[in-house]
Amino acid sequence: MNLKGRLLIASALWGWLLAPTSAMALDVTIGYIHWVPDQGPVLSNVTPEPEDAGLRGAELGIADNNATGRFLDQNYTLESVIANDADGAMAALDGMLESGVDLLVTRVPADTLQAMAKQAGDRALLFNAGARDDGLRIRECQPNVLHTIPSYAMLTDALGQWLSMRRWKEVFLITGPTDQDKAWADAFRRSSKRFGLDIIADKPWTFDSDLRRTASKELPVFTQAGDYDAVVVADVRGDFGEYVPFNTWLPRPVVGTQGMGPEAWHRVVEAWGAAQLQNRFRELAGREMNSEDYAAWAAIRSIGTSVTTLSDAGHSEIHDHLFSGDFQLAAFKGRKLTYRPWNGQLRQPIPLVHPQGLVATPPLEGFLHPETELDTLGYDKPESDCQIH
Amino acid sequence: MKQAFRIAALAAAIGFSGPALAGLAYVSNEKDNTLSVIDTDTHEVVDTIEVGARPRGILLSKDYTKLYICASDDDTVQVLDLATRKIIDTLPSGEDPEQFALHPNNKHLYIANEDDAIVTVVDVTNKDVLAQIDVGVEPEGMAVSPDGKWAVNTSETSSMLHWINTETFEIEKNTVVGQRPRHVEFTKDSKIAWASAEIGGTVHIFDVETIEEIKQIDFQIRGVPQDRVQPVGIELTSDGKYAFVALGPSNHVAVVDAQTYEVLDYLLVGARVWQLDLDKDEKFLYTTNGVSGDVSVIDVEDMKVIKSIKVGRYPWGVVIDPTS
Repeated sequence: MNLKGRLLIASALWGWLLAPTSAMALDVTIGYIHWVPDQGPVLSNVTPEPEDAGLRGAELGIADNNATGRFLDQNYTLESVIANDADGAMAALDGMLESGVDLLVTRVPADTLQAMAKQAGDRALLFNAGARDDGLRIRECQPNVLHTIPSYAMLTDALGQWLSMRRWKEVFLITGPTDQDKAWADAFRRSSKRFGLDIIADKPWTFDSDLRRTASKELPVFTQAGDYDAVVVADVRGDFGEYVPFNTWLPRPVVGTQGMGPEAWHRVVEAWGAAQLQNRFRELAGREMNSEDYAAWAAIRSIGTSVTTLSDAGHSEIHDHLFSGDFQLAAFKGRKLTYRPWNGQLRQPIPLVHPQGLVATPPLEGFLHPETELDTLGYDKPESDCQIH
Repeated sequence: MKQAFRIAALAAAIGFSGPALAGLAYVSNEKDNTLSVIDTDTHEVVDTIEVGARPRGILLSKDYTKLYICASDDDTVQVLDLATRKIIDTLPSGEDPEQFALHPNNKHLYIANEDDAIVTVVDVTNKDVLAQIDVGVEPEGMAVSPDGKWAVNTSETSSMLHWINTETFEIEKNTVVGQRPRHVEFTKDSKIAWASAEIGGTVHIFDVETIEEIKQIDFQIRGVPQDRVQPVGIELTSDGKYAFVALGPSNHVAVVDAQTYEVLDYLLVGARVWQLDLDKDEKFLYTTNGVSGDVSVIDVEDMKVIKSIKVGRYPWGVVIDPTS
């Protein structure tokens, strides 16, 4: 038990001043395990990814939990480990389980997450705040794993809805060489079928020259095809994609992982009180909040919201509460967020953003669903083999 | 607009000599840094006043001579003289003031500082900061009971109401409500408090004497997904009959029986309805619709929306001067 649920004698100060509604003091320790494999060198290295993406979001989640918890005599602490490899991440998990930490947020690759989930078994509840792989949501679901980061399919469905709404239905798809690029492109191909898009050209990126010198020469030729409405780029790590806009054969917008595209979170999101979350994050981290930060924050807030409601921090009680229908997360996306019972994915609107502005926030009006419009994004229940609840 | 202003000025001039005095509504436009002034007889905008950055909460002094404005991005509360329509003063407010409430003593202003998780109490007569009270994450709604005993603050991310004793400036009780509580409204007799929870989709009714929740109201609008039904502003008629609840992106205002707490009707207004206020005779209800950038006018007797008035971008707060 990470949370010892120790019955402390309510501290005279807080107990008297703030009159907590619960006499039971709770100490809640949440673990955060971070391992991101080296992405390799990239051509577009102008704005490097922050190395602490995820960790800082987790820290903000803890701060937000404590700001609420102090009125209820609940105290949250974060135990974080930045591992250098998969073994390091596994060792961190063992260490945390050993010391009784049973609520964990991870930013690790899918295979590491799977190993962790098996290792933890029913001893802990894991929140995936890093791996977007669809396989984790449709085949390899684990009852002890929840996903706060959106899957590739959720992201590309958001883009697909928007392209369909704009009637920019004929697209030119460029896919990078990494497994992540291929997973993103596979998800987009599925989205294109769902939303009636036509991929008129589907080309892998194979060039290895430095585009900073030659983009204007190479890309126009590379994107020569019949007519298309938009170019879709699948370049997850940001290798060549930044050089595609304005260098296409036809004067067409570039969308996907570069240009304008779907994100779990981005600094341009400001509606629904998001401006306050962005301000808090900026003050804490000295940089802008990104998707990984948001996913880690949402995981820790899910725990905090549950503990507030339950006045209990046992991992199985929290797990049951998250799927009970009573749980709802206020997470600055304009509507309450809940977890999909069949695969543990956090339902959420997906902002479509360009570096300086918000374009739209799917699910878009008109894409209907019998349960919730949020389930028009990503694999729906009948499309998933998972049935963890 | 100039034309309209002249007509209004004329109407006002006539008004001074007779009983047909035009009522005025003030609307804060969050993304235009202006206030729109609306004549509540003609339902026309008669003036636009430039104010500080990101004006949100607005309220009238108890003698109706001044309007206080939370200029959130200027980290200040501005004081507008209603006779001259000029900013005559600013008050220390703490960072990012969003909503506030004035004690019936016309002196103590309770300000929710959204970014700092603090409620600041300022004496408006000498600008003294009387207290800064730690509250939950993103304090938002502020209300002072008409009898002056309680100041209630809602903290959005903590999903709590903080009940502040106005004698001691200390929190006496914290009550957990639905997710993202936005607004609190007391009945005239100070016995009942209404609190809206935006993401929870609920309104919570509290017995003030015991500070216990006695009722929760849920809303269902045909054809509107449940997660778009997001209660924000609440307005109560003084006869105790009705409550009006602004339901955000569902674009509806709920009409609630204030005795039985039964929802009587849903009225379609503009997009993302935020706040509302009744005019002095309680004949008309004005609502601010953030996304469509307009104000809807509801005829209270017929319970019908009779007009929408274009104002600035992202209209946030609305107050109607009952003496004008």
